[in-house]
Amino acid sequence: MLYSIIQENSYQDSVNLMLLTNKISAMEGVDQASIMMGTPANKEIFHNTGMYTDELESAGPNDMCIVIRTDHEEKVAEVLNTIEEELKNQAVSSSKQAFESVRTWDKALQALPNANLALISVPGQYAAEEADKALDHGLHAFIFSDNMDIQDELRLKQKARDKGLLVMGPDCGTGIISNIPIAFANVINEGNIGVVGASGTGIQEVTSLIDRLGGGISHAIGTGGRDLSDTIGAITMLSAIQGLEKHKATEVIVVISKPPAREVRDQVVQLLQHLSKPAVAIFVGEEPTAHEGNVYYASTLEETAMIAVDLSKDRVILMNYNMSNGKIPKVAFKPEQTSIKGLYSGGTLAYEAAVLLSKGLNLGQLIHDDGYLLRANGHEVIDLGDDKYTQGKPHPMIDPETRIQYIKQAAMDESTAIILLDIVLGYGSHDDMAGALLPVIESTRSEAMAKGKNLYFVAAVCGTAQDPQNYQEQKSKLEQAGVIVKDSNNRAVRTALAMMGIWLQDNNKTSLPVEGTKPAQFQVSEAITELLSSKPRVVNIGLKKFANTINSYGGQTVQYDWRPIAGGNERMRKILSLLK
Amino acid sequence: MYGPYKTIDEANQAVIQKIVAGAPFLVDVVPAKSVVEQLNGRVLLHAGPPIQFEDMTGPMQGACVGACLFEGWAEDEEKAMTLLKQGEISFIPCHHVKAVGPMGGITSANMPVLVVENRTDSNRAYCTMNEGIGKVLRFGAYSDEVINRLKWMRDVLAPALSKALSLTDNGLNINVMIAKAITMGDEFHQRNIAASLVFLKEITPYILRTNLSEQDKSAVVEFLADTDQFFLNIAMATSKAVLDAARTIEYGTVVTAMSRNGQNFGIRISGMGDEWFTAPVNTPQGLFFTGYSQEMANPDIGDSAITEAFGIGGMAMVAAPGVTRFVGAGGFDDALATSNEMTEICIDRNPNFAIPTWNFQGTCLGIDARKVVETGITPVINTGIAHKEPGVGQIGAGTVRAPLACFEKALEAYAQKLGLI
Repeated sequence: MLYSIIQENSYQDSVNLMLLTNKISAMEGVDQASIMMGTPANKEIFHNTGMYTDELESAGPNDMCIVIRTDHEEKVAEVLNTIEEELKNQAVSSSKQAFESVRTWDKALQALPNANLALISVPGQYAAEEADKALDHGLHAFIFSDNMDIQDELRLKQKARDKGLLVMGPDCGTGIISNIPIAFANVINEGNIGVVGASGTGIQEVTSLIDRLGGGISHAIGTGGRDLSDTIGAITMLSAIQGLEKHKATEVIVVISKPPAREVRDQVVQLLQHLSKPAVAIFVGEEPTAHEGNVYYASTLEETAMIAVDLSKDRVILMNYNMSNGKIPKVAFKPEQTSIKGLYSGGTLAYEAAVLLSKGLNLGQLIHDDGYLLRANGHEVIDLGDDKYTQGKPHPMIDPETRIQYIKQAAMDESTAIILLDIVLGYGSHDDMAGALLPVIESTRSEAMAKGKNLYFVAAVCGTAQDPQNYQEQKSKLEQAGVIVKDSNNRAVRTALAMMGIWLQDNNKTSLPVEGTKPAQFQVSEAITELLSSKPRVVNIGLKKFANTINSYGGQTVQYDWRPIAGGNERMRKILSLLK
Repeated sequence: MYGPYKTIDEANQAVIQKIVAGAPFLVDVVPAKSVVEQLNGRVLLHAGPPIQFEDMTGPMQGACVGACLFEGWAEDEEKAMTLLKQGEISFIPCHHVKAVGPMGGITSANMPVLVVENRTDSNRAYCTMNEGIGKVLRFGAYSDEVINRLKWMRDVLAPALSKALSLTDNGLNINVMIAKAITMGDEFHQRNIAASLVFLKEITPYILRTNLSEQDKSAVVEFLADTDQFFLNIAMATSKAVLDAARTIEYGTVVTAMSRNGQNFGIRISGMGDEWFTAPVNTPQGLFFTGYSQEMANPDIGDSAITEAFGIGGMAMVAAPGVTRFVGAGGFDDALATSNEMTEICIDRNPNFAIPTWNFQGTCLGIDARKVVETGITPVINTGIAHKEPGVGQIGAGTVRAPLACFEKALEAYAQKLGLI
């Protein structure tokens, strides 16, 4: 039986409601639950998921709609109590907020007249519009939202370039501007390495390693994953590199990307060749054999961090950073245990794992199929942060649920010998991912044990000692439960391979001189120079917790409690645009 | 397309400039029929957009009965009901004759009305006088006590105030009284005690100079001293006078009236002149007197939301943190949050009325129907709550939101008028 409750005028953002939905769904006696705002689009979803009731008819976009499927009517009151409690706790914690909350652009700019960055985390279909407004108001845009049309991305980035502004994203998960973590980011020591990346977890892994290797960063600028595509042509990356070149405190520049379009790659590399500062580049998946002049090429994210730190400390660059495989645990597999399953929350980490496994196991090309990056001879690498797994659900860095399902599934597969995991720390991520995954790790291991098998878990923790979750604590928690924990994704994957008896070696890299590459003069806009030389002043449009982070690190912020214009009513939206 | 204005924003600026410039003065208290021609006959004014007797909710019907008794059209309740049901009394919205009326808003020929003149446009607005609290006509009570008080107000209070006001130079400057009282903790819808005191302070010397009997003077001053909400009706007539002048700019999207008849909420916007845009009213939520509860609450009713259209009342909640608790809306932080939220749908702030608890920022100025629809934030209204049965009266106080749909309809109509859709 379906029960629905409408709470009028109780707007919550969708992440809150998804987490709440998970919590309610997990309650005993509740078969299914769905909590969403009553927008036309969400009502559609209620319909499609068989959770629609007539009561929803009257619900408006600012009304919270709770629908529960249960055979026990008395559960309804209990559910309501739980929801009330959760929301109240949130209200208590948010009432202490040190920044203003507004509901319109006008108010936001009144509250923070010198704002220079808009952090946009609204649903994808609305993100372009908000980014447009940000650029019109002369703000740089950091677009966390995904699902933006690539033509919109191109238009926005061209507009930004014309105005001397930066568009970071869309689908830009992480950034650090003048030591202020933006969106999902780790707490990294300040230093002289400037990072530009078309890869969220790539940036997180490299910056965390830089921190743990004793280095520090000036900025980490995310560009969004498609920036180096043919269509976009690295507009943001090229601007950001030039900005870093002009930025005094930056002495080493790091560029991170998955393999880009050929011509775009050449354009980026050419720019790097003309810098006055040394640069490290990683195009995950490439196997470079030589450094060229002042540009150093890395094979793994870990190597990227190592070269960058050595450069930042004026140390000699090694020919090979992947010589030692470290200590390999003694293992005993049953004959049928032949495969490695990588269950990742970080897209680039998954990609790197797939590349290394494929190379080590001779599996050939990577695939891109339903979040799978590798699926051959029983071996699998899945990016659980892929759209396929996150529709209507929080990202696996926030919510362990999907990954728990996949761990159970992988453990049931007779061929599974090793399960590879990434634990990504930092702001925005789950408070205790290690703790959240331990029960399933322990239960699947003991079930395997009962069948006379050893199931091994190998994990890399991506984060730093200053992260809210604390690197060392997360690591110890996993180790105490028998998980083999490595300092980097690269090490974790190589360890898994070594446990299967495979030793993966990298090429030694030579250094080639490059001719005719004198440093060039670049024109960098005042707005970009300004962004990189001061703490950002942020209009945070969407997820409130991003504003909390910015604020606690000394960035100024105003919280724009965004809701769809006219509650998503398309006709009124159109009329409003006519009445401008 | 927008008349003398280049854009909607420019037209809206013209509207709000008129509001800021408004110079309302209380100039007289007169029988309603002397200023509302239509009241000469069996006619009653009512609150809100047009409504027929059979569609009225309890309190408004109760007030109609009371008005019939007061005017002597019927000797008792039963006969009054018969008259009303047979359609022998006709109805006009207060708003259509430059008047506003609290709650039921029922106004009859011989009820005295306050006369507020807006000197910038020389236009006038009218509102009945506040009867006090408890069993009162505006909440639908019509016992002998109620009718006798109305008669005393007609025979003693109104002439006394009229005489007193005639002794002033030019009437009483209302902006000055509002500006003073807002610093004393009034928001002019739920709380008027400071303004009522300021009014008492201003008028008493003139009352004492009239040629009334000592007994009448004393009764009048006592009544004014006892009637904490007396100024509310002055504030309503003031809001009406100022907004009616602003309404002469017939372009733009600024809300120039909000009103409710117990069934429908109606708004007007500058660009659509006299037209009402209506949607079903909500029911106020709040605190109730002992023995009463939410189930007994009448749906939202009264012209008093004109104060919110003017930027006071619920919109100025932060000025009167005391009422936040009274209307069941939490503490100071909630009052602040409410007023801050209201600034999201307003164009500017009114520099005439600085609110100390808001860091001396002015009251909200110019509700923009576009911003209401864009954000989904609807104006919040501080209101009394009437019992839904006729004859019972007030049972509590609380807050209520204007329904979004009237703002949507208004924009749709304006876009149509401009030929945009």
